[in-house]
Amino acid sequence: MGIKWNEIFVGGDPLLVGSQIAIVLTVVAIVVGLTYFKKWGWLWREWLTTVDHKKIGIMYILSGVLMFFRGGIDGLLMKAQTARPEMNFLDAQHYNEIFTTHGVIMILFMAMPFLIGLMNVVVPLQIGARDVAFPQLNALSFWLFFSGAMLFNISFVVGGSPDAGWTSYFPLAGKEFSPGIGNNYYAIALQIAGLGTLMTGINFIVTILKMRAPGMTLMKMPMFTWTTLITSIIIVAAFPIFTVALALMTFDRLYGTHFFTLSSGGSDMLWANLFWLWGHPEVYIVILPAFGIFSEVIATFSRKTLFGYTSMVVSIVGIAFLSMIVWVHHFYTMDAGPAVNSFFSITTMLIAVPTGVKIFNWLFTMRKGRIQFTTAMLWALAFVPNFVIGGVTGVMLAMAAADYQYHNTLFLVAHFHYVLIPGVVFAVFAGLYYWWPKMFGFMLNEKLGKYHFWLFVIGFNVTFMPMFFLGLKGAVRRAYTYSAESGFAPLFLVSAIGSIILAIGFAVFCYNIYWSFRYAKRNVSHDPWDARTLEWMTASPVQFYNFAVVPEVKQLDAFWHMKKRGETLTLKESDIKKIHMPSNSGLPFYMAVVFGITGFFLVFEAHIAAAVAAIGIVIGLVIRSFDYNDGYYVSVDEIKRTERTWRNVEGGTENHVG
Amino acid sequence: MKRLFALVIAGLLPLLGGCEMVVFQPQGPAARSITELINWSIWWMLLVVVVVFALFAYIVWKYRDRPERQGEEPPEEHGSTVLEIVWTVIPILIVIALTIPTVRTLYDLEKPPKGYENEKPLVIHVTSADWKWIFSYPEQNIETVNYVNIPANRLVLFKMTSASTMQSFWVPALAGQKYTMNKMETELYVVADRPGSYEGRNTNFNGRGYAHMQFEVLAQTPQEFEKWVQEVKQTAPKLTKEKYEQLLLPTHLGRLTFVDTHLQWVNHADPHSKTYTNPELYRGHGYQGKIFIREDNYKNSSTCNDEEQKALESDSGGEHHGH
Repeated sequence: MGIKWNEIFVGGDPLLVGSQIAIVLTVVAIVVGLTYFKKWGWLWREWLTTVDHKKIGIMYILSGVLMFFRGGIDGLLMKAQTARPEMNFLDAQHYNEIFTTHGVIMILFMAMPFLIGLMNVVVPLQIGARDVAFPQLNALSFWLFFSGAMLFNISFVVGGSPDAGWTSYFPLAGKEFSPGIGNNYYAIALQIAGLGTLMTGINFIVTILKMRAPGMTLMKMPMFTWTTLITSIIIVAAFPIFTVALALMTFDRLYGTHFFTLSSGGSDMLWANLFWLWGHPEVYIVILPAFGIFSEVIATFSRKTLFGYTSMVVSIVGIAFLSMIVWVHHFYTMDAGPAVNSFFSITTMLIAVPTGVKIFNWLFTMRKGRIQFTTAMLWALAFVPNFVIGGVTGVMLAMAAADYQYHNTLFLVAHFHYVLIPGVVFAVFAGLYYWWPKMFGFMLNEKLGKYHFWLFVIGFNVTFMPMFFLGLKGAVRRAYTYSAESGFAPLFLVSAIGSIILAIGFAVFCYNIYWSFRYAKRNVSHDPWDARTLEWMTASPVQFYNFAVVPEVKQLDAFWHMKKRGETLTLKESDIKKIHMPSNSGLPFYMAVVFGITGFFLVFEAHIAAAVAAIGIVIGLVIRSFDYNDGYYVSVDEIKRTERTWRNVEGGTENHVG
Repeated sequence: MKRLFALVIAGLLPLLGGCEMVVFQPQGPAARSITELINWSIWWMLLVVVVVFALFAYIVWKYRDRPERQGEEPPEEHGSTVLEIVWTVIPILIVIALTIPTVRTLYDLEKPPKGYENEKPLVIHVTSADWKWIFSYPEQNIETVNYVNIPANRLVLFKMTSASTMQSFWVPALAGQKYTMNKMETELYVVADRPGSYEGRNTNFNGRGYAHMQFEVLAQTPQEFEKWVQEVKQTAPKLTKEKYEQLLLPTHLGRLTFVDTHLQWVNHADPHSKTYTNPELYRGHGYQGKIFIREDNYKNSSTCNDEEQKALESDSGGEHHGH
């Protein structure tokens, strides 16, 4: 098949050999565990073949936690290497691989699945739908994402990691300077995962536009649903650009075309433009849903409706529009000329305007409210000042002339971590603490949650604040070491200490999941936070059909006003009708497997084997075309039984806030 | 949280105290105009930070839930057109206040700095390669590696390109950075206020040798500079084509000095110049893929005779530019 199988494992380095052993042991443990507890059938029926948006969402979130762990280890290794000047913990090559995978994994395989996971769980519930518009496509989205993520993750032990940075700039990432197959992983794995994301975008646009409960006009949608809609539109607008760029990269690397090469008329600048044409909107793809989460959490725990709802909607639309016309600010230093740089400085700085509007709206949502310091709310509160630091440094970077002194320095690195960690990671934590009871029927421990919060937020600031100053002192990003004379050492050491605190915070979060899973009270109410939107109207955990009777929406914060009118728990059994639900399908999982195998062969440039494996993809498409399974009906009796169980225990449950 | 945050900042201050931030210590007019712009932006940004932090602290403290507020129902409040207009217009005004000097500085940086408009610049060609910096003085007919001497107080024009990957030329004390790209020329005007040694480096990641891709800019008095030029001419070895091709191999080098410049054989900024890459030299660890060598590679020009070269060109069929 053209692959030298004896050469595919990367060896030599004790860190790598250790990882290889750990991976083998983990896989063996999982297989043995599943067999011993006879869980294979359960795994297949309940998870691998599911088309239920809530379970798919949970699988996304679980992937996000795993990838946070992997990306976090990468980050810690980088911090260990730079803790002292001229360290020899990692060599240059190893460091290059690690910051590349750290970036790719944190953006595409940590932030994205966390947010898409929450979107999956929450959005259909918020709009009173029974599932997304295309449930099986949704499962395919997840499995393609997962397939791409796994393919990317094996690179460091099988064949070699990509090592050209998460931006994968040409010509460096081309065969002229990176003849190893590491960067093939980038081209192929991200392509597979990206297909999944594109499908998610289409799916959520249709879901939100077509499947809202009666009465829920666009301007009565919860803010998280709004941000999901706009995010999905950006996904559909931006991801095809990345698809094309990756395809051209694949041709360049595998088949010797020269779109981005030095020789034969290729253009490295073309890659930079295509990459950031996708890459900048991508930043807003992860930040907008996070804004939605903060909007829900802040409104709920201030016990007030969102201040300036209309201007919030206008702001996210404005941000989405501007996000498409700022990409050149990533390479002002490419010398496109003062006119071009002036234009992109202005568009970039203008993003601060709608973002500022949102910040003030959140502040004024809290004003006159009754602010409850739950863990979810603490994350939302910490977001404001930290994100403002990220925002103002962003404006400083936006000024092209000033950027000539910040570009590619740690000032830039500090800036985007101050935007992405408060903006996305804090939001994900807020969302997880907030919606956890809805997903699992028990809460995450609030006390552990607060340890998690304080350690993480302090660790974050100690890690990244020094990097602003390092950048101004002339320290550049992606350098695996620095000299003792540079004077960078003390700040790098502080930063490394901060990263340990940060990591302990994340460890507390993982422990919290374990602790709460084992010991948390299971009699939590369907509405433990006394919240405002429709997802809190139905059971926790949510029954598979979501709503026995689809609610009718009269205004924004529909559930809040229903509670006011006292009409929440009254369910007339005569209203219940049989419910149509989609059937499970093993096809999405099958597609992930064949895509993964095809991708693997392509990475190793075994073209015939890849072509043979790709026949499997066509077979999957054919099977799907002849699939006449239209789903099934849930009988009225079953719905009645299910509804009685959770509605009857209602008196004996605990509300968390009052 | 605020107090802890303040503690963190207070803990960091002594660390910052002893060290200098090069961006705030400009040694030339180009860097100085950027520093002025940065200082201007910092005042505005501090204003934003202070206003938002104060408002945030006030609101969170004043409206926190307390036992005696149990059961209290916050008012229904949907927004305020006036307030929302206020916090839309003020940021727009701040953006305008930042845009004007930004645009002015952008245009200024493309020209010689004030006071040097009519001076004929000393032209130095910068060629970045993996992983070293090559400086060619066409007028003086000198080439240096990893260091560049310039006369202080004189206008210098760097004409920059790359023999390999995309790199970025940065001497923070003297000027902002610009990319160097193969088959492309970027220009940078630099003046050093006074004699001194300034650090320069590549900021754009370009593989294994990136971290050490540094060079020294030594600004000298005009007499010292002239003396150095004469010294080089008398003592330095002649740059040969073979030696130059050796320089371009992916290696780390110390400081080197030559008489003659490589511009007589190749200017990498020329869009039709040969490509000086050799993928074999970048083989690292891990599984190796197929590599593709092109007809416009410098290797082919030295190994092929003229007829083969012609055959190659007609094979490629595409448009080929001047030979």
